[in-house]
Amino acid sequence: MAFELNPDPGFLSRQALVIRRDIINMLGRAGSGHTGGSLSMTDLITALYFAELKHDPTNPAWPDRDRFLLSKGHGAPALYAVLARTGYFSVENLSTLRQLGSSLQGHPDMNKSPGIECSTGSLGQGLSMACGMAMAARLRESGPAYRVYTLLGDGELNEGQVWEAAMSAAHYGLDNLCALVDCNGLQIDGETCRIMNSEPLADKWKAFGWNVISINGHDFNEILSALARARAAVRQPTVILAKTVKGKGVSFIENQVSWHGIAPKPDEVKKALEELK
Amino acid sequence: MTEKIATREAYGQALAELGKQHADIVVLDADLSCSTKTNTFAKKFPDRFFNMGVAEQNMIGWAAGLAASGHVPFASSFAVFATARAFDQLRNSVALPGLNVKVAASHAGLSVGPDGASHQAIEDIALTRLLPNFTVVVPADGPQAGLATRAVYAHQGPVYLRLGRPKVESIIKDTSFTIGQAQLLRPGSDAAIIACGTMVHEACQAAEFLARDNISVRVVNMHTIKPLDAEAVLAAARETRVLLTAEEHSIIGGLGSAVAETLAEAGIGIPFKRIGVNDSFGESGEPDELFHKFGLDAENIVRQVKGLL
Repeated sequence: MAFELNPDPGFLSRQALVIRRDIINMLGRAGSGHTGGSLSMTDLITALYFAELKHDPTNPAWPDRDRFLLSKGHGAPALYAVLARTGYFSVENLSTLRQLGSSLQGHPDMNKSPGIECSTGSLGQGLSMACGMAMAARLRESGPAYRVYTLLGDGELNEGQVWEAAMSAAHYGLDNLCALVDCNGLQIDGETCRIMNSEPLADKWKAFGWNVISINGHDFNEILSALARARAAVRQPTVILAKTVKGKGVSFIENQVSWHGIAPKPDEVKKALEELK
Repeated sequence: MTEKIATREAYGQALAELGKQHADIVVLDADLSCSTKTNTFAKKFPDRFFNMGVAEQNMIGWAAGLAASGHVPFASSFAVFATARAFDQLRNSVALPGLNVKVAASHAGLSVGPDGASHQAIEDIALTRLLPNFTVVVPADGPQAGLATRAVYAHQGPVYLRLGRPKVESIIKDTSFTIGQAQLLRPGSDAAIIACGTMVHEACQAAEFLARDNISVRVVNMHTIKPLDAEAVLAAARETRVLLTAEEHSIIGGLGSAVAETLAEAGIGIPFKRIGVNDSFGESGEPDELFHKFGLDAENIVRQVKGLL
């Protein structure tokens, strides 16, 4: 049975809080991983799984399901937490993140855990795969029965393949494709505008032929309305440029470059959980 | 004189025929469909053909997405671009998840000819052989390329199918083709040449020449580099006195390396020589001129066999 969606912003905020707490706990236990980018994308992925995607956690291979591809694979903790909280696997399993033999690899592996649509980790590859899936939906004799969503990082947009894929999605008019960009403004080496400036982003995507929607990536009303507008697009793929805060929700992690690829230590876990209430 | 047909030509024909029987086949190309011969499929099945423009990395990603959705994508370009240019995509989008993507690349090796070094893939076998889950197939002539295309479709999992530009003589009589099963083309007890692709023809010619000097040469068509038919390698080593490999590829990492690894791990010491491009790039020239200059012709194989014996 399809997962029951709930677009109530209050409900989604409460879920996002649970997800953020899961992320902190998972990363704290794992001792390594990407904290900042997992927290910045939390509201986007929460909205997708709890209020947008047509999916069935009890039947991950449902042919008509909407697909979600985490192109920024290092945000895996957020994806795993959402998959666990929607019922793809047990919440207890989250504590195995990054351990030997775990189904929850450092970056998503489609063959190791249910609910993962593609293996990612090497940046820039998810959008191309999402295009292939969106075209596959269109090739079905009965017409496209599903939509395809993918989430990229703004640093990831440095990769040339993203723009190859962007060109091809518009060329083939993939209106069942929606890309979201987690624009947290930071990449490993520093601010995206200083490391490799990709602005003006909206103009770039427009020039590539996309339907562009810019939003606050932490406002559920804006996220849901953007997703609804994406659904209405005709012969054109949609990109949602979501302005976010890296490390969102934990004061000492927010906007700190150094928190890109490290996990909280035990005392930091405690402090973070105190803030996430 | 037997019929001459390019392996890419036979691939294009086989693909178009397969497309009729199997609705799950989709084909992608990167602006080279007239050269890779996927244009035949494109004309017949325009709804299942996707030109990606000059964007090989994106093409492999699309193929992965289509494969993950139950289609059987054949992605074609020149060998140098389909493998080296898109290697990370082959690794992470295809090999790691083990998706059912078929990379069928033409213009492999020096026989690309006048286009020169930038277009002559001499490392593609090594690159693809290195990837877990990948199967690597190098048909020896046109008809075999057609059979291989069908076998590649029927095989579940990622495959690299290596094809060439020039018309080549049809020399393989055997109309069966099993991935991973080498073909004994000629019996012999003095020397054995294990060859793949265009070099099978050169090896057969060399064996003919050597027969005139009463040197008996076994020729093995190792059309599948991975999984390698280790039994055929070990039998050749046991039943002849010297062993050579011949490939239109660098001697590093390809067929020669695969055979050497097999011999060494089996504890077999035998006079051994890898014939191929010796750690250099190619250059412009006609295929026969290049084969001569780089020591891939039958003449040099004869010399090498005599040198070992």
